[in-house]
Amino acid sequence: MRDLSLHLLDLAENSLRADASRISLALSLAEDGALDAVLEDDGRGMEQSFAQRAADPFATTRTTRKVGLGLPLAAANAEKTGGFLRLDSLPGQGTRVHLRLITRHVDCLPLGDLPETMSTLVLTHPDRPDFVLALHSPQAESRFDTRDIRRALGPEVGLQEPEVMDYIKQLLIEQCQTVFGGLIL
Amino acid sequence: MKTLEELEAIRQKTLARISLRKEDKEEAVRVVIGMATCGIAAGARPVLTAFMDEIGRRHLRNVQVTQTGCVGMCRLEPMVDVITPDGNKVTYVKVNPEKARMIVADHVVNGHPVTEYTIGAAEQQA
Repeated sequence: MRDLSLHLLDLAENSLRADASRISLALSLAEDGALDAVLEDDGRGMEQSFAQRAADPFATTRTTRKVGLGLPLAAANAEKTGGFLRLDSLPGQGTRVHLRLITRHVDCLPLGDLPETMSTLVLTHPDRPDFVLALHSPQAESRFDTRDIRRALGPEVGLQEPEVMDYIKQLLIEQCQTVFGGLIL
Repeated sequence: MKTLEELEAIRQKTLARISLRKEDKEEAVRVVIGMATCGIAAGARPVLTAFMDEIGRRHLRNVQVTQTGCVGMCRLEPMVDVITPDGNKVTYVKVNPEKARMIVADHVVNGHPVTEYTIGAAEQQA
């Protein structure tokens, strides 16, 4: 993967496949340059024994192939900056993936187009699940929540309407710029 | 700054349009994009954005963009299926945003598959 936003899209795809009704992503940049990205879902979760092996490329629930590379690639990219990937999951309750990247490390991936990652997720899943994006940096913080948008739109107007899509895209771009600036991490 | 109040204006405008379009129940064209690890790594996200954008710009109402997982041909990603209401499915391989826009223009709008980007053409070359 070329950047962190692509990893986060990839990991969110796992949550979608776990039939989550809510997927939230929180990114927090600390003063010392450590970036914590936490992806939480309320999907079906997994047994602890599987969660422990999930960052192993040869652990997968798929029956068509023997490999699953999403988590292992993300873990490798976090670890090479001195960070980590931590996975917590409970069957029936959901899954939490915590990625820490040390952004001052020379091998750290750039943040990438986080608004495009979020809009891709929301726009291809306009009805379900709900998505949350919470951003935090020493400068500012922001919060995007599809439930707020649904509430404002009422039951008749869906998120797939072109004007709503445009609004969502612009809002996400604005929030990312406010919190992380023009900064390429 | 974007505000939630802006959504109220969008809501009013969209409600008016929705009531007008209730009648046309044409069946949708489906565009299915591979969004597994392999697809994303090969560039599926900007391809999806390009499809969405082109469909929006042309005001196409009966096109549904969805995603799918890995179909086992990772070397040919990003892959896109276009399924027309008659049930015909065309699989495009190694799609990029430019190809995506052309697929919308030629195939989705005008009904002519872009033969040179299909999996059939890719396999003949190999």
